[in-house]
Amino acid sequence: MSINRRDFIKTIGIAGVTLTVGNELLAAPKKEEKEIEFSGILIDTTLCIGCRTCEHVCAETNGLPDTSDEETGSNRQPTEKQLCVINTFNVDGNEIFVKKQCMHCNQPACATGCLTKAMKKTDEGPVIWTANKCMGCRFCMINCPFDIPKFEYHSPNPKIQKCKMCFERLKEGKKPACVENCPAEAAIFGKRRDLIEIAKARIYAEPDKYYHHIYGENEVGGTGVLYLASVPFEKLGFKTNLGATPYPEYSKEFLYAVPVIFTVLPALLLGMHSASKSENNKIEKEESYE
Amino acid sequence: MNNNVNISDRGSKSLIRFVISELKPRGKIFTPFNIISGLIILLSLVILVIRFAKGLGSVADASQLHPWGLWISFNVITGVAFAGGAYVLTFMVYILNMKKYHSIVRMTVLWGFLAYSFYAGALILDLGRPWNIINPIIGNSFGLSSVLFLVAWHFILYIIAQFIEFSPAIAEWLEAKRLRKILVSLTIGTVIFGITLSVLHQSGLGALFMMAKAKIHPLWYSEFLPILFLISSIFAGLSIIIVVGSICQKVFKNQLKSDYGDSYKNIVFGFAKICAVAMFVYLFLRLLVLIHSQQWALINTHIGYWFLLEILGFVLVPFIFFIYGFKHRSMLLIHIASIMTIIGIILNRLNVSMIAYLWNDPLAHYPTWMEIVVSVSVILAQIWIFRWIIYRMPILRKSPDWVPEDEEK
Repeated sequence: MSINRRDFIKTIGIAGVTLTVGNELLAAPKKEEKEIEFSGILIDTTLCIGCRTCEHVCAETNGLPDTSDEETGSNRQPTEKQLCVINTFNVDGNEIFVKKQCMHCNQPACATGCLTKAMKKTDEGPVIWTANKCMGCRFCMINCPFDIPKFEYHSPNPKIQKCKMCFERLKEGKKPACVENCPAEAAIFGKRRDLIEIAKARIYAEPDKYYHHIYGENEVGGTGVLYLASVPFEKLGFKTNLGATPYPEYSKEFLYAVPVIFTVLPALLLGMHSASKSENNKIEKEESYE
Repeated sequence: MNNNVNISDRGSKSLIRFVISELKPRGKIFTPFNIISGLIILLSLVILVIRFAKGLGSVADASQLHPWGLWISFNVITGVAFAGGAYVLTFMVYILNMKKYHSIVRMTVLWGFLAYSFYAGALILDLGRPWNIINPIIGNSFGLSSVLFLVAWHFILYIIAQFIEFSPAIAEWLEAKRLRKILVSLTIGTVIFGITLSVLHQSGLGALFMMAKAKIHPLWYSEFLPILFLISSIFAGLSIIIVVGSICQKVFKNQLKSDYGDSYKNIVFGFAKICAVAMFVYLFLRLLVLIHSQQWALINTHIGYWFLLEILGFVLVPFIFFIYGFKHRSMLLIHIASIMTIIGIILNRLNVSMIAYLWNDPLAHYPTWMEIVVSVSVILAQIWIFRWIIYRMPILRKSPDWVPEDEEK
C-alpha cells in the first residue's frame, strides 16, 4: 500500500508544476517518508444473508431517510439519500446479495480530479468530501469509475454524497456502522493488507466455494473495499473491464507535458517572433535602397 | 459617429460623462433581433432565479450518471473551441508577422475575449456551490493533480491576457494616449503567454475526459483526445471567424474602410487554406487512432454510423469544400464549409461529453428546454456586448488619427 501511496503523491507532486509552481514539487517528497497503511472493508458475499441491516444503520448514522422497506433489485445504485445498497442476484438458482457503496480506491480518480481538494484520500483509508472546499463542479462524478459520488440536484446548497467509511467513527476508534452491525459477519474491517491475507486464506481453505479472485485487490490500482464471491464477478453486476491501472495514470501523461510546453513554447514563440521581425525589417530596408 | 466630437483633453469628470453617454444604445432599439433576443435573455434570467433558489435539478436534466449537462458541454467545452480563433490569429499576426491578417485581429481577439468571459460565466451557473469558486484561486486548497484545476487557471489567465491584447482599442476609445502606449508595449508578451495558455487548455479540455475511460465510447475515447481537441480548435476557431467576420461585414457596413471588402476576401481564402491543412492533420490522426484501436467492428453499429456522420459528413466534406473554395475562389463554398465545420465541432464536443458518454445508459437524457434557453441566451448576451463594443471602439473601423500609422491595430 505504501508503494501505491507513494505513486499517488508523486503524481500530485508532478502535477504541481501545472502552473510551474516549482516548490510544490520539492514539497512533495517530505510527505512520502510517512509509512501509511490504509484501512478497508472485506465483504464476503457468500456470507451475506441480505438482511439489509447495513442499509438501515447507514441511513441512521448519516442522518438520511430510512429506506429499508424499499424493494430490492439487481441494479440499485447508491443515491444522494442512500449511501449503500444491497442488490440481489439470482445465479444458477442461488440468491446472492451484494452490498454496493464507495470502493475507497487507493488512488481515487475523484480526488485526483478535484480542483479544490474537497474530495480527498485520508491517511486512514476512507475517501471523504469536505463541504466548505467543494465548488460543486461534479468532476468527481465524471471521473469515478464506479459512479459513486452523488449530487443533491434539488438543493440550493447541494452536497456531494457518498459513503465515507464512517470516517468520524474511525477516529473514535470504532468500526464503520455497516461492519459493526452486520449480523452475518459478511463484512470485516481492518488494515487492507490483512484483509487481503484473510481473503486469500478463505479461498485457499475452501477452493471449491470461492471464485478465485479478490475484487478490488488490483482493480483500478487497488480499492479499499474488497469482495469475495462464489461466482464470477461480472455475474454480480461488478465492472470487470476497468483494468489494474490506477486512474490518475490516465491524466498523468498530459500533466507531465504541461511544464515542458510551458517552458519550451514561449521560448520558441519568442524566437519565431524575432526571426520573422528581423526578416521583415531586412526586406523593408532592401526595398528602401531601391 | 462620435468621431467628430472633440474629446482629446478630457478630464476625469468629462471622461465619466463620456462613458455614460456611450452606454446609451445606438440605432433602432426595436429590431426583430433585439426583441426576440431580449425576450430570451429575460426568460433565462427568470430560469436562473429558479435555478439558484431551488437547485440545479429544478431547471436542468438532473442526472447522476451524466453530471455535466448542456451548459458545460455546449457553452464551455464547445464554446471554448470556437474561441480558438484568437490564439491562431495572434500567432499568425504577431509571431509570424503576417501583415495581411492584421485588420481582423481586433475583432477576433474581442470575440475570443467575450467568448471566454461568457462561457466561464456559464460555468459558474452550472456550479453547485459557486460561493466556493474562490478556493482554487486564492490557494487555500490547490487541487494540483487535477486537469480541471489547470483548465480553470488557464481560463482566468487567458481572459486577462486577452483583455490586455484588446485593451489598446479601449484606450483609443477613451483617447488615453499615454495608456495606449503602455498597453501596446505589453502586446507581444501577452500574445506569447496567451498562445501557450491556449495550447494547454484547449488540449486540457480533452484531457478532462482521460479518466472517463470506461464511460466514453471507444470510437471517441483515446489517449489522443487532448491533441485532437487542440488541432480541431484551430479550424473551429477560424471557421467561426469566417462566419462572424462575414456577418460583421454585412451588419457593420458603416464601420468599414472602403477597401475592406477585397482584403477581407483575401483573409478568408487564407483561412480556408489553414483550415484545410488543420483538418487534414485532424482526419489523419483520427484515422490513425481508429486503426490503432482496431475496433472496426464498432463502426457497423448505430453509434458507429453516428461516428461516420461526424467524421465524413462534417469533417471530410467541409475539408474538401475548403480546398475547392480556395482553388476556385468561391466565398460561397467557403462559407458553407465553415458552417459545416462548426456543426461538426459541436457534434464532436457533444459526442465526447454527452452523447457517447455512457452511451449504453438505458435511460436517455435530454437537456430540458430551460437549459437550452439559458445556453442560447449566454450566446445572445455575448453578441449584444460584441455589437455594443464594435459600435463604439475602433474594432473594424480605423483607429483615431493620433495613433501612429505603423501601429494601427
